[in-house]
Amino acid sequence: MKVHEYQAKEILRAYGVATPRGRVTDSPEEARQIAKELGGRAVVKAQIHAGGRGKGGGVKLAKSPDEAFELAKQIIGMQLVTHQTGPEGRKVKKVLVEEAAQIAQELYLGITLDRAIGKPVLMASRFGGMEIEEVAHRDPSAILKEPFDAQTGLQPFQARKVAYALGLTGDTHKKAVPFLIALAKAYVETDASLAEINPLMITAQGDVVALDAKMNFDDNALYRHSTIKEYRDLDEEDPLEVEASKFSLNYIKLDGNVGCMVNGAGLAMATMDIIQYAGGMPANFLDVGGGANEEQVQNAMRIILSDRNVKGVLINIFGGIMRCDIIATGVVHAVKEIGCTIPVVVRLEGTNVEEGKAILKSSGLAVIPADGMKDAAEKIIAAVGKGN
Amino acid sequence: MGAWIDTNTRVLVQGLTGREGKFHALAGRDYGTKVVAGVTPGKGGTDVEGIPVFNTVHEAVRETGANASLLFVPPPAAADGIMEAADAGVALVVAITEGIPVNDMIRAKAFLKERPGVRLIGPNCPGIIRPSAKVKLGIMPARIHKPGKVGIVSRSGTLTYEAVGQTSALGLGQSTCIGIGGDPINGTNFIDALTLFAEDPETEAVVMIGEIGGSAEEEAAAWIRKNMRKPVASFIAGRTAPPGRRMGHAGAIISGGKGTAAEKVAALRAAGVHVADSPALIGETLMKAIAG
Repeated sequence: MKVHEYQAKEILRAYGVATPRGRVTDSPEEARQIAKELGGRAVVKAQIHAGGRGKGGGVKLAKSPDEAFELAKQIIGMQLVTHQTGPEGRKVKKVLVEEAAQIAQELYLGITLDRAIGKPVLMASRFGGMEIEEVAHRDPSAILKEPFDAQTGLQPFQARKVAYALGLTGDTHKKAVPFLIALAKAYVETDASLAEINPLMITAQGDVVALDAKMNFDDNALYRHSTIKEYRDLDEEDPLEVEASKFSLNYIKLDGNVGCMVNGAGLAMATMDIIQYAGGMPANFLDVGGGANEEQVQNAMRIILSDRNVKGVLINIFGGIMRCDIIATGVVHAVKEIGCTIPVVVRLEGTNVEEGKAILKSSGLAVIPADGMKDAAEKIIAAVGKGN
Repeated sequence: MGAWIDTNTRVLVQGLTGREGKFHALAGRDYGTKVVAGVTPGKGGTDVEGIPVFNTVHEAVRETGANASLLFVPPPAAADGIMEAADAGVALVVAITEGIPVNDMIRAKAFLKERPGVRLIGPNCPGIIRPSAKVKLGIMPARIHKPGKVGIVSRSGTLTYEAVGQTSALGLGQSTCIGIGGDPINGTNFIDALTLFAEDPETEAVVMIGEIGGSAEEEAAAWIRKNMRKPVASFIAGRTAPPGRRMGHAGAIISGGKGTAAEKVAALRAAGVHVADSPALIGETLMKAIAG
């Protein structure tokens, strides 16, 4: 799960990570007030989940409280387009108004899971403000990696090592060490999957401050973090994905026109792949899971069909735990209820396959049966038309 | 290294009294697996269709001589269940549970490190099956399997069934099929399974099914290049997956431009592995690999 910058900073502050003074608001009037409290000059930052907000015009410097009011008025309600939002952009509901500090240096810090060694790893670089992927691409040696033990946490010697490698000395070095330890502690204790400070600001006074903050969390651990769970912002997610999550369906919207319903994540990905291999484009990823019931299948079908780009549906089931008759019944109900007019190709295999096929046949619906994945993909592409 | 499961494998089921635990324990027993015990804290002394239930894994091991565990414990308690099984001294723990927090698995793996005699398969996996011995610890449909010569290892459940279906249809059958699971932190990895297949006299060829995310396939490719003398065919799922999105499995995500299908396919091909471009061609590709 993702959270907004202001929420990530709230979480980090509670662990002792230094952040700029400031507050979040949805009102230009309050933005003026906050700027006044901060001494006049303030940065007004759009709060959306996507990165690249500055370049998109969502981060602006106000030299006075009145200007903070104007900027907040401009930004709140705008459709902010960045390289991560897609061309339609994302509507800004809130702005973070923060003190405008004198920046001496911008660095990068990030913590994520190193899967190869099964430990969290602290990454640091002198190239703050740039995307870390870009730095890694240009010069991998510019990124320092310090894996640490999740149970014992980042040790002071590790923090010192990283701070020295970043070129920090004297008082600033002394401030960086507890900053790093606090960041690592926050990462582990909140079950984060990413904690990124980019840029990490060294102020003209030598202070170490998180100018920006991004945190993602392990969905599987949210049950033990009720506060963080409440930070979920449904407006930042695709409405169809939100709808699917209500029925515990794993659905991801894509740009193609062949909808698919599959059981199992691997087979669902492979189904997307084979649609493309056959010359089409998948409209979604959808895993109905191992133990789906008729109602879930019915809702899955409804969600697929409510994507206006979808011109045909491929249902690909290899029933292990999942029974083919349940899939068939759910599909029949959904199609009858919604009145589906586009071609539907169904490939059923595995548990109760004969019962499933019989249910589809006796339903009188014009579903196209297929044998195997290849046949299924070719039939749906033929029905929808290539290159659409 | 011998086979991981055989006719001497005596299975206890953690979470036997739950719906899924019961269903798959009985399906395993019907197939021929020796299912000797169940463990559900608080339900010790009862039984499920004649299978005695114990409060702790230690007790189940002591009373029944169980030497492997099949685990269906719900996510919040699953890592604890894995550690309990390991502590009780079973040689194999197969964790089916999906949705275990990463930090819990990091803890469980640290615990397992001090018990090198214990092998963990999974979590978030379909389990392991050996058709020649009629033994399965998992949720895979037994009847699609045929005793034979192909070792299959995969990060995905249903995609494994697809490979099983295709190798059965070609008359090759399977020696052992191992689902290593779709989570970012797991026990047995590709290299462990490939090592088994390399030494296993029943296995003459290998199918390895990977997917986007992480670098396990690249590591396996490096291992294959150095060590594998048997033909290997592969398929990598997720060529069309968008970056930054988790594709169902917690571990199936392209992050920071890393973990793409293209990188994995290239690494495997460079190691001499025959990689199928389409999931429908896994069997056909394997035939080519066998023919050389």
